[in-house]
Amino acid sequence: MSQVIQAIAGAPRERAERRAATLRRLLGEWGPHRGQLPAAFVLVAVGAGAQAVGPWLISRAIDRDILGGDPGGLAQTMLLLLAVYVVGALATRGQIYRVGSIGQRVLASLRARLFEQLQHLPLGYFDRRPVGDLMSRVINDVDTLNQLLSQGLTQLLGSLFSLIGIIVAMLTLNPRLALASFTVIPVMLLTTAYLAGRARQAFRTTRETTGDVTAELQQEIVGIREAQAFNRTEENIASFRVRNQANRDANVGAVGITSAFAPAMDVLSTLATALVIGYGSFLVFSDELTVGVLAAFLIYVQQFFRPIQLASQVYAQAQAALAGAERIYAILDEPREPADPPEAAEIGAIDGWIEFDAVCFEYEAGREVLHDVTFTVEPGQKVALVGPTGAGKTTIATLIPRFYDVTSGAVRVDRRDVREVTRGSLRRQIAMVLQEPFLFSGTIAENIGYGRLGATREEIVDAARVVDADGFIAALPGGYDTRLGEGGYALSQGQRQLLAFARAVLADPRILILDEATSNVDTRTESTIQQALGTLLAGRTSVVIAHRLSTTRRADLILVVDEGRIVERGTHGALLARGGLYADLYRRQFRDQPRPVTGLGEPVVSAATRGS
Amino acid sequence: MKALGRALAYLWHYRRNALAALLALMLVSAANLLAPQMVRLAIDEGIGQGRWEAVLVAVAGLVAVAAVRGAFTFAQGYLAERASQGVAYDLRDALFAQVERLSFSYYDRVQTGQLVTRITNDVEQVRAFVGAGVVQLAAAIIMLFGTTVVLLVLNWRLALVALAAILPIGFLLARFVQRVGPLFGQVQQVLGRLNTVLQEDLSGGRVIRAFAREAYEIERYDRVNRELLDKNVQAMRAIANNFPFVFLFANLGTFAVVWYGGLEVLGGQLSIGELIAFQTYLAFLLFPILTIGFLAAGISRAGASAARIFEVLDAPLEIRDRPEAHPLPPIIGRVEYRAVDFRYPGTDRDVLSGVSVTVEPGQLVAILGTTGAGKSTLVNLLPRFYDVTSGSVAIDGHDVRHVTLASLRGQIGIVLQQALLFSGSVRDNLAYGRPEASLEEVTAAARAAHADEFIQALPQRFETVIGERGVGLSGGQRQRIAIARALLVDPRLLILDDSTSAVDAETEAQIRQALDGLMRDKRRTALVIAQRISTVRDADLILVLDDGRIAAQGTHEELLRESPLYNEIVGSQLAEEGDVTAQPPSLKGREGLAPLPLRDGGVGSKL
Repeated sequence: MSQVIQAIAGAPRERAERRAATLRRLLGEWGPHRGQLPAAFVLVAVGAGAQAVGPWLISRAIDRDILGGDPGGLAQTMLLLLAVYVVGALATRGQIYRVGSIGQRVLASLRARLFEQLQHLPLGYFDRRPVGDLMSRVINDVDTLNQLLSQGLTQLLGSLFSLIGIIVAMLTLNPRLALASFTVIPVMLLTTAYLAGRARQAFRTTRETTGDVTAELQQEIVGIREAQAFNRTEENIASFRVRNQANRDANVGAVGITSAFAPAMDVLSTLATALVIGYGSFLVFSDELTVGVLAAFLIYVQQFFRPIQLASQVYAQAQAALAGAERIYAILDEPREPADPPEAAEIGAIDGWIEFDAVCFEYEAGREVLHDVTFTVEPGQKVALVGPTGAGKTTIATLIPRFYDVTSGAVRVDRRDVREVTRGSLRRQIAMVLQEPFLFSGTIAENIGYGRLGATREEIVDAARVVDADGFIAALPGGYDTRLGEGGYALSQGQRQLLAFARAVLADPRILILDEATSNVDTRTESTIQQALGTLLAGRTSVVIAHRLSTTRRADLILVVDEGRIVERGTHGALLARGGLYADLYRRQFRDQPRPVTGLGEPVVSAATRGS
Repeated sequence: MKALGRALAYLWHYRRNALAALLALMLVSAANLLAPQMVRLAIDEGIGQGRWEAVLVAVAGLVAVAAVRGAFTFAQGYLAERASQGVAYDLRDALFAQVERLSFSYYDRVQTGQLVTRITNDVEQVRAFVGAGVVQLAAAIIMLFGTTVVLLVLNWRLALVALAAILPIGFLLARFVQRVGPLFGQVQQVLGRLNTVLQEDLSGGRVIRAFAREAYEIERYDRVNRELLDKNVQAMRAIANNFPFVFLFANLGTFAVVWYGGLEVLGGQLSIGELIAFQTYLAFLLFPILTIGFLAAGISRAGASAARIFEVLDAPLEIRDRPEAHPLPPIIGRVEYRAVDFRYPGTDRDVLSGVSVTVEPGQLVAILGTTGAGKSTLVNLLPRFYDVTSGSVAIDGHDVRHVTLASLRGQIGIVLQQALLFSGSVRDNLAYGRPEASLEEVTAAARAAHADEFIQALPQRFETVIGERGVGLSGGQRQRIAIARALLVDPRLLILDDSTSAVDAETEAQIRQALDGLMRDKRRTALVIAQRISTVRDADLILVLDDGRIAAQGTHEELLRESPLYNEIVGSQLAEEGDVTAQPPSLKGREGLAPLPLRDGGVGSKL
């Protein structure tokens, strides 16, 4: 341990302090298992004690029994030795299992907490970080910790205890020879500190290059279809090769340093053996030492170095693990979405009244994307958000379920500020269908069932039927039990969207938000969905963002958004008459539609009947 | 284990490093064998006979041994690790190349979380064993035999006693490997599942929050996490149940030697120095055994990992260049589908059946149909993302399966259904299909896709870094970048899959204008999947797909006359149109504001 601290001291101070704080915190993770620690310590101590006592018994056997010509005494000593060995083995077994299991539990808890934290981080956090990077943290950093906790720490503890035991035994047997042997220690510590300092830098490079490799992999695998479409596979392979090479070279570089550890220690240990023999023989000549004790010392000196070697290995591991832990804690310390305030109440069953009251919003400080947005939606109304790409429509929609908090102003649902009620109770009554539906790996039924926990198969099928998805699902090889890969790629975009709709239907929301939800389904399907939603949404509030203005035409209120402001509001007819931005957008979209006046008798008839 | 053998073949590439490491390790061992002789010399001849010189010789010998040993240990460690890292590099390289080339159908089935785990963790597991592990193993085995011989020569009785004592170690280790091998495989597998949950959680964060399903996700993760904990604890137990006893039997070797040897010393058949030296040699016997034991755990783990690695490497590349494939000459743009049937591998339903279409060079073809009718599948056959089940697809008369993939895909510009952008600068993304493109070309493509304007408004313009999934850009902006990206390739054949559905009317008009212009200028053939009649009505040919068949094909006017299905689709979109015509004043009033030349410049001039 001393060398660990020693080497840490070699690092810049605040860094060392941060590391030390991380270490303390990491040790704090053992808190819940405090009850098991004494037993574990006892087992470690017994194991180490057995290791220290063994050579002493051997020295006794040589000196007292063999050289003393006492076969009976030899048998006695040997039986004692056997007992010590067996006890040591049992203690080690208990200790490996106990400490290892505690380590695994600590890890599992860390993983669980990390994951939980990810559920509660504000969405803005994810906007800034690639998925691959976060994956790498949760996977690799926890893995380096795993190596430390499952093996390293046990070894370190065991080594520490044996070291103490051995030092005590050596001092007891012959203080002078012991002290002479200890002169190697400072040399060893200095060497370790020097190498550790260099290793730290090397390991940092290693970790960074590993992170690069993982991030690139992640991205490339997700984007594989693009790569093949754009004939980029060879370039990608070449570019990955560069990162892969960097990673390899960094590793080889680090090994250049770490593989100096063992031989350095080995040289020192052999030198110590030489020292023991040289000085020991001198002491034997001057009758201050027996041959048996010299033999014991030879064993001790070897054993003495093993824990130190182990500790230096663990030290390298610990360096990596602490760096990993630091990054893990950085995620855990990230401020969560502001928690539901203690006085926050369940919002209760809502009617679906929505109000935006002078809402301003910015994703990042200084770049306001919504300016003074004010509007009210009565329960059961259908409100359409219309406007050019990037105007802020989606942002407005995401403020309703409180994905983000407003910068100023307020968003109210059923006359209560969304910040005053619990998120869960609010969001459960709001369903969103986004433009790019996300499906989870699992069956179709599970994906639809995502809308409501505990939905029965009948309810799931009903929901699918409502959005007319039942037909294609039934035609799939496994029906509702067809498994979808991640991203659900085997389904077409439109089919996936239908599943997302069914999911929303199942959620039975009071407020439904459709963000470009139908732009990926064909118009016939869309009109089916519209009809279904028409019945479904009777009496519910809906907020619809759509580029197809045909979809928005029947809205009770159309809000025209431009550059973060509501520039026009009203019904379709009123807005058209007004001749502003809406009328302009509408005209552009339908500008070159075949018009009935050109003599399309049939469609007009069918259109008329549909329209009524 | 067979997989591990194949992984070992990768070591052949680094055989010099590996053999040098092995040699170094053998020298270390030889030096090690000398050390006990020094000890014996010191004790028997030095201390025993009171000769100082003997002690000095012994001490000098030990120092020399230390120096040699240190140097070679370092060389061994470094060289072995170089071989290890080399193998890891080669494996990762091969895996990545395979991953890049695997067909779309593979990715329809597989989970990316699992793939990443294989390329990172599994390669790491194999690396830990192959290379350094193998060198150590080889050295350990040689040492084991060498030391056994030395011990037998020194004192065969003592040697036999010692060997008998440590024999059970072999049994313990064999049992351990057998039991722990599958266990480690399971640990890795559960870990892969855990990562999949994590990955989905990170990618689907919005859905989870929209449905307030955080608690459910946590529970889902917890379940797998607990399973992982369980397996890890089981592995711990297996280790705890074996290794201490390996050490115990190793110690029993010492025990037997000291007792039996002690009696021999008492009986005068052995000197005390010989006993101590023998005892030291015993450590050299134990050391390789322990090395083998430690490696045994690694062998199982590496074996399981190697199996998973080769599973990926052995996955058939369904789409690949045929041996006789020739490069596709610069294309003119004639596309033929001849009686094409297609079904996805592993399913029993035809997604396309009996599709026959001919597209003349320079034509703009629109593909229309209900969700799931097979539109995307139809265009995906052209760049050979999938191969037809029967029939054929030909470009300029060349069956796409008979030309090289690179020459085929290099001449097709594609805008996929979901515009996926890569983290990097806007420029990198635009130049994705042609990394060497100059800034002028990139700007021109961006301008043509009407992406220029918003890119200029970004903080660092073309050098602005955008997030992994293009976070920070709106759907329309991403799509325009995707279109520009396809245009930059300057393809003779352009495929647009649903690409204009997510942009607002104005943007769409701009994009169409741009595309139309480009197509007329350079006589590109274009296949466009679209939803809106307004998009498709200018097409030279409209294909109406229904349930995997071409229900109708022709121009807008022809289809209006002949196809009930087409009329139905038109009807579903014109439902609103009645209102527009009901208000002609407002419409006419603005007709002059922004005249768009699309109609006039479209179909007529091309035919």
